Amino acid sequence: MTIIAEYGPWFVLLACIFGFFMAWGVGANDVANAMGTSVGSRALTVRQAIIIAMIFEFAGAYLAGGEVTGTIRKGIVDAAVLEGSPELLVYGMMSALLAAGIWLVIASYMGWPVSTTHSIVGAIVGFAAVGIGVDYVQWGKVTTIVLSWVVSPLLSGTIAFLLFRSVYRLILNTDDPFANAKRYVPVYMFLTGFIIAMVTLTKGLSHVGLDLSFSASLALAVLAGLAVLCLGLLMLRRVRIDAEADRAFRYASVERVFAVLMVFTACAMAFAHGSNDVANAVGPLAAVINVVANQGVVDAKSALPAWVLLLGGGGIIVGLATFGYKVMGTIGRRITELTPSRGFAAELAAGTTVVLASGTGLPISTTHTLVGAVLGVGLARGISALNLRVIGTIVASWIVTLPAGGLLAILFFFMFKGMFS
Amino acid sequence: MAADSPLMALFGRSPVKPIQEHIKKAHACAERLLDFYDTAVTGDYTAAEAVRLDIARLEQEADQLKKDIRVHLPNSLFMPVPRSDLLELVTQQDRLANRAKDIAGIMVGREMAIPAPLQPLMREYLVAAIGASAKAAEALAELDELFETGFGSKEISLVSKLIDALDNQEHRTDELEITIRKALRAVELDHPPIEVMFLYRVIELIGDLADVAQRVGARLQILMAR
Repeated sequence: MTIIAEYGPWFVLLACIFGFFMAWGVGANDVANAMGTSVGSRALTVRQAIIIAMIFEFAGAYLAGGEVTGTIRKGIVDAAVLEGSPELLVYGMMSALLAAGIWLVIASYMGWPVSTTHSIVGAIVGFAAVGIGVDYVQWGKVTTIVLSWVVSPLLSGTIAFLLFRSVYRLILNTDDPFANAKRYVPVYMFLTGFIIAMVTLTKGLSHVGLDLSFSASLALAVLAGLAVLCLGLLMLRRVRIDAEADRAFRYASVERVFAVLMVFTACAMAFAHGSNDVANAVGPLAAVINVVANQGVVDAKSALPAWVLLLGGGGIIVGLATFGYKVMGTIGRRITELTPSRGFAAELAAGTTVVLASGTGLPISTTHTLVGAVLGVGLARGISALNLRVIGTIVASWIVTLPAGGLLAILFFFMFKGMFS
Repeated sequence: MAADSPLMALFGRSPVKPIQEHIKKAHACAERLLDFYDTAVTGDYTAAEAVRLDIARLEQEADQLKKDIRVHLPNSLFMPVPRSDLLELVTQQDRLANRAKDIAGIMVGREMAIPAPLQPLMREYLVAAIGASAKAAEALAELDELFETGFGSKEISLVSKLIDALDNQEHRTDELEITIRKALRAVELDHPPIEVMFLYRVIELIGDLADVAQRVGARLQILMAR
C-alpha cells in the first residue's frame, strides 16, 4: 500500500513509456503484415495503405479494443487474490511490457518472425507463475487463449476457402466474369461493412457510452453495410473494361473490380488489427493505472479509461509513421502473387476472425490468422505456389516466443521488486 | 526492424509466368527452323550455319529457363496442380527446342541438299510441324488464365479446344510425313544412299517435332484433369 502511494505517479509514467514503446513496436512491425496484402496486390499504394491504417487502426483500437485489453489486464492474472500486495501486479505488468518490447526488438533485429500477442501473453504468464505463484495464473483462461491461436487460423482459413469458392462460382467460372464481378462484388462490400459493424456494435461500444439492443445493432450494421455498398458502387462506376490489358491477361479488368473491393477489406483488416493488437500494449498499462488510481485496491471491475486506448492507438500510428511504411513496402514487394480476387478473400476472412476474437476478448495473432486465410484460398486452388514450411515456422515461433517472453519478464519482475522495496 | 514475416515466407515463386516464358522460347526455336530451311535449301551453308547458331542460342536460353523453373519448384510447395505434372510439362516443352536444334544440326553437319522435286513438299511438311508447335504455345498461353480461374470448368473446356486443334495439326503433319516418305522413296535410287539415309532421318525428326508438340498438349491436359 505504501509503495503504491509513494511511487504511484512514477509507476504510471514508466508504464506509459513502456506501453507506448510496445504500441510503437506493433505499429512498426505488425501493421505491415495486416496491410501488406493490399499493397502487394497493387490495390493500394504504400501511402494510401498508411493513411487507411492510421485511421482504421485507431478506430479499431478505440472502438473495439476494450475486450482484449480487459483480458490482458485482468484475465490472465487472478487479481482478486493479490489484495494484500498490489505492487506485485504493478511490477509484473511493467516487466511484461518491457520484456515483450525488448524481445520484439531482438527478434526483429535477428529476423525471427514473432508475434506481439505471443510475447506479451508469454511475459504475463511468466511473471505471474514464477514471480507471484503458479496458483495466481488463471490457467483456464490461458488454455482458452492458446487454443484460440490454433482455432483462429483454422477459422479464417475455412472462411477464406468458402469466400474464394463463391468467387469461383459467381464470377470467375462464368461466361462474362467482368459483368458478374460488377454484379456480385458489391455484395462482398456489403458483407465487409456489415460484419465488422455487427461484431463491433454487439461487443465493444459500451465504453464510449453506447449500449444498444441486439436489434438496434443489427439495424445499424445493415446501415453500415449499405453505406459501404453505396460508396463502393460509386467507386465501381469508374472501372471499365480495359481491352488493352485484357489482351495480355484476360482477367485483368476483372481483377480491377476486385481491387476496389480490396480497399474496403483493407480498412476492415486495419480495424480488426487495431481492435486486437492494441491490447498487447494497452492491457498491462491499464492494469498499472487501475491499481495506482484505486490506491492499491486491486479492483477488477472498474472500467478502462478511454485515454489509455488513445495512447495505444497513438503509439501504433507513430510506429507506422517511423518504421511501418518501410516494412510495408518490403512485404508488399514480396507478396505480389496475391491478386485482388484472392487478397480480398484472405483479408475479409482474417478481418472477420480477428474482430470476432476481439469481441470475445481473445488476444490472437493477426499475422497467423492471415496466413491461415491465405492457405484457405490456396486449398480452394486459388494460389499458384504456397510454401507450407511456414506452418513449421509459426509453430516454432510459438515454442520460442512464449518462454522467451516469460523468462525476460521474470528477470525484470525481480529487478523492479528489488528496486522499489 | 523488419522481421521476416511468415506472411512473406508463405508465398513461393509462381511457376506460371516462367513456364509461359519457356514455351515461348522453345517455340521461337522451332519457328526459326523455317528460316534455317529456306537458307539451307539454297545451298548456302555458311548463312545457314549462322541461323543454326541462333537456334542453338535460343535452345540454350530455354534450357536455362527450364533449370531455373526446376530449382524454384521445391518439394515443399503447395500448388493447385501436382508438382510432378508441372515438371513433366516443362520437360516436354524443352524437347521442342531440342528437336529444332537437332534438325538444324544434322542438316548443317551433312550440308544436306534436298532433292528439287521434294523441296515444296518438304517445306509444307516443316511448316505443318512448326504449326503444331505454335498450337502448343497457344494452349500454354492460357496457363495464367487457368490458374486465375482456379482451373474453372469453362476455362478448361476452352483450353481443351486448343489442344484438340493441336492434335489435328499433328495429325496433318503425320499425313504429310507419309506423303513425303513415299515421294522420297520414288527418287531414292537417284541419290547417294547415305544422303538418302540422313534425309529419312531429318523427315523423322520433323515428325518428332510435331509429336513433341502434341505431347506438350497432352501434359497440359493431364495437368488440368482432376
